[in-house]
Amino acid sequence: MTGLTLLIPIALLLGLLGLGAFFWALRSGQFEDTDGAAMRILIDEED
Amino acid sequence: MASQPLPSGLEPAESLFAVPGLHCASCLAKIENGLVTTPGILSARVNMAARQVAVRHAPSLAPPDIQQAIQTLGFEAEPMAWDDGNVADREQRALIRALAVAGFAAMNIMLLSVSIWSGADGATRTMFHWLSALIALPTVAYAGQPFFRSAWAALRQRRTNMDVPISIGVLLTTAMSLYETITGGDHAWFDGAVMLLFFLLAGRALDAAMRGRARAGVAALLRQTAAGALVVNASGRSKWIAAGDLRPGMTMLVAAGERLAADGTVIEGESGLDVAFLTGESAPVPARAGDSVHAGALNVVAPLLVQVTASGPDTAIADIARLMEQAAQGKSRYVRMADQAARYYAPAVHLLAAVAFAGWLAAGAGVHQALLIAVAVLLITCPCALGLAVPAAQIVACGALMRRGVLVKDGSAMERLAEVNRAILDKTGTLTLGRPVPVDLSALGAEDRPVLLALARASRHPLSVALRQALEHEGVQPATLTGLHEVPGEGVFADHHGAPVSLGRPGKIVELCGMASAYRAGDRAVHLRFTDTLRPDARETVAALADLGLQPMIASGDRPEALEEIARATGVTTVGRLRPADKLALIERLKARGEKVLMVGDGLNDAPALAAGHASMAPASASDASQLTADMVFLGDRLAPVALAVRAARRTVRIVKQNFALAIGYNILAVPLAIAGKVTPLVAAIAMSTSSIIVVANALRLRNAAE
Repeated sequence: MTGLTLLIPIALLLGLLGLGAFFWALRSGQFEDTDGAAMRILIDEED
Repeated sequence: MASQPLPSGLEPAESLFAVPGLHCASCLAKIENGLVTTPGILSARVNMAARQVAVRHAPSLAPPDIQQAIQTLGFEAEPMAWDDGNVADREQRALIRALAVAGFAAMNIMLLSVSIWSGADGATRTMFHWLSALIALPTVAYAGQPFFRSAWAALRQRRTNMDVPISIGVLLTTAMSLYETITGGDHAWFDGAVMLLFFLLAGRALDAAMRGRARAGVAALLRQTAAGALVVNASGRSKWIAAGDLRPGMTMLVAAGERLAADGTVIEGESGLDVAFLTGESAPVPARAGDSVHAGALNVVAPLLVQVTASGPDTAIADIARLMEQAAQGKSRYVRMADQAARYYAPAVHLLAAVAFAGWLAAGAGVHQALLIAVAVLLITCPCALGLAVPAAQIVACGALMRRGVLVKDGSAMERLAEVNRAILDKTGTLTLGRPVPVDLSALGAEDRPVLLALARASRHPLSVALRQALEHEGVQPATLTGLHEVPGEGVFADHHGAPVSLGRPGKIVELCGMASAYRAGDRAVHLRFTDTLRPDARETVAALADLGLQPMIASGDRPEALEEIARATGVTTVGRLRPADKLALIERLKARGEKVLMVGDGLNDAPALAAGHASMAPASASDASQLTADMVFLGDRLAPVALAVRAARRTVRIVKQNFALAIGYNILAVPLAIAGKVTPLVAAIAMSTSSIIVVANALRLRNAAE
């Protein structure tokens, strides 16, 4: 029982962290151009 | 992203360009790295999904300069207006956010529920119920909003839709569970309520994503009316003014290769205008002083001075757009399959729950127990299959079609296309390519081709563009020319190894026989003729449509004699000399006989017919109005996508019906259990997720629907 009082908040916190990260990614436009992101990895940067 | 530092403390401006030719990583690198070498351009960012380039640049640089810079890199570009207030985009985002919250909550509540199902009881169970409530209540309040809002809107108009049973089910389940939690009862249904929201939101988000992608694709293809114009004031000085700020009375200077930003009257200059956006046909229309010209027309020959007579929402093109909207309203009354089902489903579900409640009361159960059973009935009958399987089937089929070059604008288009039993095709631009194609290039020697390509590349005249495309298709590499210049109305001139070469207007006599141009090298001259040819697979496609039972028919504005050849080639009925209103009347007549017409057309003259047809398709080369009106737009020179889309639509509807059958079958099994009071939260969770997974898996079979 005492273990649960510690583990459940931790589990929820980690889940919330993931949710927060997704919201941040959505807001910062990381899903704006999913096709382009896949192609950008192929570009050789000269500079 | 390549970028340059800001020059002095100037505030940079941003412009957006549609670049339909973007398709690979090297295009992306070429544009992003190439543009920043242009002085004044600070950075460029390509959006591959939307085929757009956002450019940050010094305010001194006008959109036409940047357009020129993109064109020198080898890409066609059109300036676009910034579009901030995109409602559909915001809606889709809200759905994805709600989906993420519901997913997070469903996982955590499930974690707690699993422990309850494996035997936790007493204080532990109560605590887990409270924790579940803590997660579920805010989730239902947030993620349930799209359903609650839509249900409320429907109820206010005294109608019912899919969202009414969903909202009642979710709210009642949550309220009952909260009551159980407070009174320390055995079962709480928070997991079921939240999981239901998650599955349904997944369906909604898929639906929105499909519409969003198709819309972005069409928007990239659309040649926008010019974003602005160079305005000359009384003292002869010129200034770039955005289209929205143009006022009647202003004088625009429209260079060759630019689009008109407003309606007006030519006051000086003589030129040809490409009005393909209106007619779908690219042969330029002459314009001289006194002629009235329309916004969106492409000036191809020489600079024009145009006095603005109407701008923005007052232009003829804006008027046409409004007419289109009105014509399409009949179509928006179409009731989608899921909603049709909901009409019967929603009252049936409510009745069933009410009967279960009343039945148990009559049998002597307490209000509490009867209510619990009613909630179980509502939860188990919640229309997961209708809410998830229909969009899932549609997005999978649309994805398959998109890979084959058909952009579908919304889900109901697939359903309507599956129902058609007549097909009417326009001739010019639909059965034919609608653009000039060089008739015979064999008169050209091997040494002429590179020179000709280099000349053709320097001009935006439709015949030059046609030549460039034909030569590039043959794999010709352009020669290096010196002194390359275009004389408006005459042609392109240059020197090749000291000898003058040109591509331009043919002699007076040849000009009489249609579209032609002349290539001159030294004192040699080669006449090049152009014609509009049938699409390569027009015949096969028309035959395929006949096989599908669509009784294809060609309706054209051309003279009947001009249609004879095509009628013989395709072997179908042709009707000639039809004005736009006649085409519309033809469709209305067929409609009155109960036929469901698929209209395939491209010109503005087809747009009313496209709006009136039960379903409609337009090629990507069509006028803007037609692309906006049509349910689907197909890319490329081939006509085959039309038959392909019909077949894919029929398969999709078949799968959707199977999904309905699966959903109903599941309900027939589960509802008696629920009414008998045997459905625990565990049974509900298992039943709900299995049925959802089955219908999605069935929808995935459409992956190859367009093969």
